[in-house]
Amino acid sequence: MIKRVHFPASPLPYLLVAPQILITLVFFIWPASQALYQSFLIEDAFGLGSEFVWFENFQLLFEDDHYIDSFLRTAFFSAAVAFLSMSFALVLAGFADRVVKGATFYRTLLIWPYAIAPVLAGALWVFMFNPTLGIFPYFLQAFGIDWNHYLNGSQAMALVIMAAAWKQVAYNFLFYLAAMQSIPKSVIEAAAIDGAGPIKRFSTIIFPLISPTTFFLLVINVVYAFFETFGIIHAVTQGGPANSTTILVYKVFNDGFVGLDLGGSAAQSVILMILVIAMTVIQFRYVERKVEY
Amino acid sequence: MIENRPIVTFFTHVMLILGIFMIALPIWITFVASTHDEIRMVQSPIPLWPGDQFFVNLERTLFGAGLSGTENAPVWLMLLNSLAMALMISIGKIAISLISAFAIVYFKFPFRMTFFWMIFITLMLPVEVRILPTFEVVANLGLLNSYWGLSIPLIASATATFMFRQVFLTIPDELLESARIDGAGPMRFFWDILLPLSRTNIAALFVIMFIFGWNQYLWPLLVTTDTSMTTIVMSIKQMLEAAEQSPQWNIIMMTALLAMVPPVFVVIGMQKLFVKGLTETEK
Repeated sequence: MIKRVHFPASPLPYLLVAPQILITLVFFIWPASQALYQSFLIEDAFGLGSEFVWFENFQLLFEDDHYIDSFLRTAFFSAAVAFLSMSFALVLAGFADRVVKGATFYRTLLIWPYAIAPVLAGALWVFMFNPTLGIFPYFLQAFGIDWNHYLNGSQAMALVIMAAAWKQVAYNFLFYLAAMQSIPKSVIEAAAIDGAGPIKRFSTIIFPLISPTTFFLLVINVVYAFFETFGIIHAVTQGGPANSTTILVYKVFNDGFVGLDLGGSAAQSVILMILVIAMTVIQFRYVERKVEY
Repeated sequence: MIENRPIVTFFTHVMLILGIFMIALPIWITFVASTHDEIRMVQSPIPLWPGDQFFVNLERTLFGAGLSGTENAPVWLMLLNSLAMALMISIGKIAISLISAFAIVYFKFPFRMTFFWMIFITLMLPVEVRILPTFEVVANLGLLNSYWGLSIPLIASATATFMFRQVFLTIPDELLESARIDGAGPMRFFWDILLPLSRTNIAALFVIMFIFGWNQYLWPLLVTTDTSMTTIVMSIKQMLEAAEQSPQWNIIMMTALLAMVPPVFVVIGMQKLFVKGLTETEK
């Protein structure tokens, strides 16, 4: 925690932490406590006064079918994004781990989508799936599939899942590859001598040994799908059609800035904060196991 | 390589190339779209091979009016805004986390742990979940439509502070002892010993934070109403909206390309630092 040898007490350390503490107080702790406070208030219809209502906002939320639907939708969305991008990355990393020559070359070509902003990823995919112009609807027509994510809710959901998963593959690939490369070669060699082929080795040795990485990536991917995909949703579907892609983060924004329901939006913020805190705690509790083999 | 099986090796390369193809396809289509004129880009099926209009589109996008029929800032100005925001966020984060980690590791003072936990808590509060009250704070401080409003609320970072704390803890105590014997004060020690020793970590963190800053979307969208403060990443959304009336996909896709070139260039050009930064900031 602290060095055995350290500098004597003086006003200096306070000056050094001051900028960070100031920003944290003004832009993190104060707004978060405001959200907490507002979540207990209901404003009257004209915005003139507000009333302290304890947990009524939360009660209203959980009685609201739209909110419950949005919750379930977010769960489905993040599970789909995590599964799709992690399995794709796992397969690619499994192959890249076998390559002796040109491994860096493949890695370079696979990691750069990490640098693309979510909203840009959304723009790229919305262009590829544009119902009148896009290249995919053109080919899908040959199979008798009529693609229009502006009208069809499940197609809209599929599109945002693909865009979100595509962007995250790079990140998962990097961590899977690093985990695989840290497995001692002697273990793999011993299995090969005993006659295990590449697939058998992957499923019985490599995959179990990298399970801590899988767990870590699962948490990271769920957090990503929950909070960082706002740009994708906003660019691709704007929560539509008929709310079929309104995930929780989008709903906070929409109810707060468009619907101007301050109490309800604040209550949603508080629920999201609790979710983030829970996920951070899970991540920290299991993080030590990550390095053990 | 454990065993030598040419067929398996061949299959491995084929699968990797297929994977790269799938990952790169959206970018390829974007690039192709930016090399044709707008008449070609409204005919289905859209081309899959580059045309010859790349530089025409580049010039029109960068210095021309951009999309006709919209009141956007010129794209070069948006690129500058993005650059300023990304640099302010990344340099700001590194600067304030360096000094606060220094204070927490090398000084013993009352409330040290309180400060540590206050910083820790910011790890759990992404801007998306406290968006409305944070916006109110920035509005009350009169920071809307300014670089300060764009960057300062995103500057506090628990991850960076933790990483520097980790780095400082691995630096041997003997260095501090000998520096003190030689009569160096805290700030002298910080400048002449700590900073040079954490140079690569600073660079790795800079790569990650630059990408983080450049790719901000929701926050700039709320804080800037003045078109001259627009960042390139948020302009894409406005262009997509305009595309519903008059599709000019060549210009939109050229803008998208310009918006992704700087961070992608940083990732590829500084790959080693990028990988280091990514794996170390994730604890």
